[in-house]
Amino acid sequence: MLEAAGLGLSAGGRELVRALDLSLAPGAFWSLLGRNGAGKTSLVLALAGLRSPQAGTVALDGVALAAHPRGELARRIAVLLQDEEPDFWGSVLDYVMLGRYPRSRSAWSRDEEGAAAARHRLAELDLADRDAQTYRTLSGGERQRARIAQLLLQDADILLLDEPLQHLDLNHQAQVMRTLSRCASGGKTVLAALHEPGHAARHCDFAVLLYDAGRASLGRSSDMLTQANLEALYQCRLEAAGTGSFLPS
Amino acid sequence: MKTVPVLVVALVPASLALAIAFGSVDLGPAQLADALLFRGDEIAREIVWGVRAPRALAAFACGGLLALAGALLQVLLRNPLADPAILGVSGGAAAGALAAMLLGVGAAGLNLAALAGASIAAGAVFAFSLGRSGWNPYRVLLTGVALASGFGALVGLMLSLAPSAQVQGMLFWLLGDLSPAADPSVALVVLAACAALAFSQSAALDVLILGEDKARSLGVAVARLQAIAFGCATLATVAAVLLGGSIGFVGLVVPHLLRLSGIHRHGALLPLSACLGGSLLALADTLARTAAAPAELPVGVLTAAIGVPVLLFLLGRLR
Repeated sequence: MLEAAGLGLSAGGRELVRALDLSLAPGAFWSLLGRNGAGKTSLVLALAGLRSPQAGTVALDGVALAAHPRGELARRIAVLLQDEEPDFWGSVLDYVMLGRYPRSRSAWSRDEEGAAAARHRLAELDLADRDAQTYRTLSGGERQRARIAQLLLQDADILLLDEPLQHLDLNHQAQVMRTLSRCASGGKTVLAALHEPGHAARHCDFAVLLYDAGRASLGRSSDMLTQANLEALYQCRLEAAGTGSFLPS
Repeated sequence: MKTVPVLVVALVPASLALAIAFGSVDLGPAQLADALLFRGDEIAREIVWGVRAPRALAAFACGGLLALAGALLQVLLRNPLADPAILGVSGGAAAGALAAMLLGVGAAGLNLAALAGASIAAGAVFAFSLGRSGWNPYRVLLTGVALASGFGALVGLMLSLAPSAQVQGMLFWLLGDLSPAADPSVALVVLAACAALAFSQSAALDVLILGEDKARSLGVAVARLQAIAFGCATLATVAAVLLGGSIGFVGLVVPHLLRLSGIHRHGALLPLSACLGGSLLALADTLARTAAAPAELPVGVLTAAIGVPVLLFLLGRLR
């Protein structure tokens, strides 16, 4: 169980999150919605233990994140960052295999079990035939899927994803959401910062809405993702779109 | 994929054999074989074991150290153009060495002065890049570049003040020159130690390519890893510079040659960089000794002559 208590976050002199209490239980799939600059990334980083909050604590199973050894934390929490250095020289399989680092870090032995698992993850994300291709030559959306494959290979209990759907086409957006949903049904905790309320409504059990000036509200997706709430969240009028607005079935 | 490592490893004995076989004095194959087995002509034995073998090993150690330092700095600074000179260590050593020449102290004093200059530069880079908010690669880069150009100015000043008789010795030192190199044993020990230490961190360095936050989330102790790798790179650079002066381009080009040949995991890249850097410098030094015999060219000129076109070619391929 990953719990934030009284969490306060700010960046560049702006208050992003104020006194947020959030507990992420196993088996739950959370969406995290908010305008650009609302603090989604800061919240993901704080929950992953990569940024110290200005106030409050984040605890894993009742113990503050900072008190967990890094190596152990890496086996419990996996995080997909929004930006990443693209300068990786190896193959797609090599790239995905870096997700095995928390579990197998020997420079000598071949990790056949890990390679098989990595191929399985690649297949799950429609990259089955790309394992030998140079990572740098992948398209943006293919890279994003390879990064998610790497994250899944880490096989942590808690998955925190910052905009997992960026660069993805409609079909692969749905595929990634289904994959994450399966992870949650399998007992993992999943939280994804999204810009797609439609996907959030369909796949996520719960939602965190980050408003401006540190306000946040959270609850069941069905209660949270109402037209009124989303209009307040994005500060614009919304209407049910007709032609051209589809979600994959 | 497997042929590149095999070729690189095979190049090590081959390059050392060539470095021992060729020199300003022509030794026939029979004479060479006798001398290698400590038989026959005493002069030939002295040439092989007293002169060429230490020189070949010095070149190998120097090139290996520079290439290893280059490979480490390129991943740490996340900058493909990082090379040992960027730490300012070479510049510090050069300023120290030239000051010693200007003051007319002996070889031991010169080495000591070069070591002092290198240590000051390394200390300054460490002090300025370990800020309050932790380690910062960009500060390393900026501090190193600033120090390097500061020392460059100092070197220029000393060159302009030096009596003309001393200028040639100074220029050789600045261009990189292995001729005064006597004992390669310290550098070889440093090479083995640095390579082993860096190799022990190779899996974590692979992960560091993904960025500091991602590496942290995968369980890498990033600050400790950076300190170890920077320490290794600095030590290797200091040892190389003390042995051979400021030899350029080996540290920059060798890791890229391997990456372009499909070697990217640090478990392979680091040891193979050391092997390839050492072999290439042993070959370049052989050429420097023999091309204009009995005169010697500074080996740094040869590495630059090879390195510049290779670097430009690489830049063309790097988008």
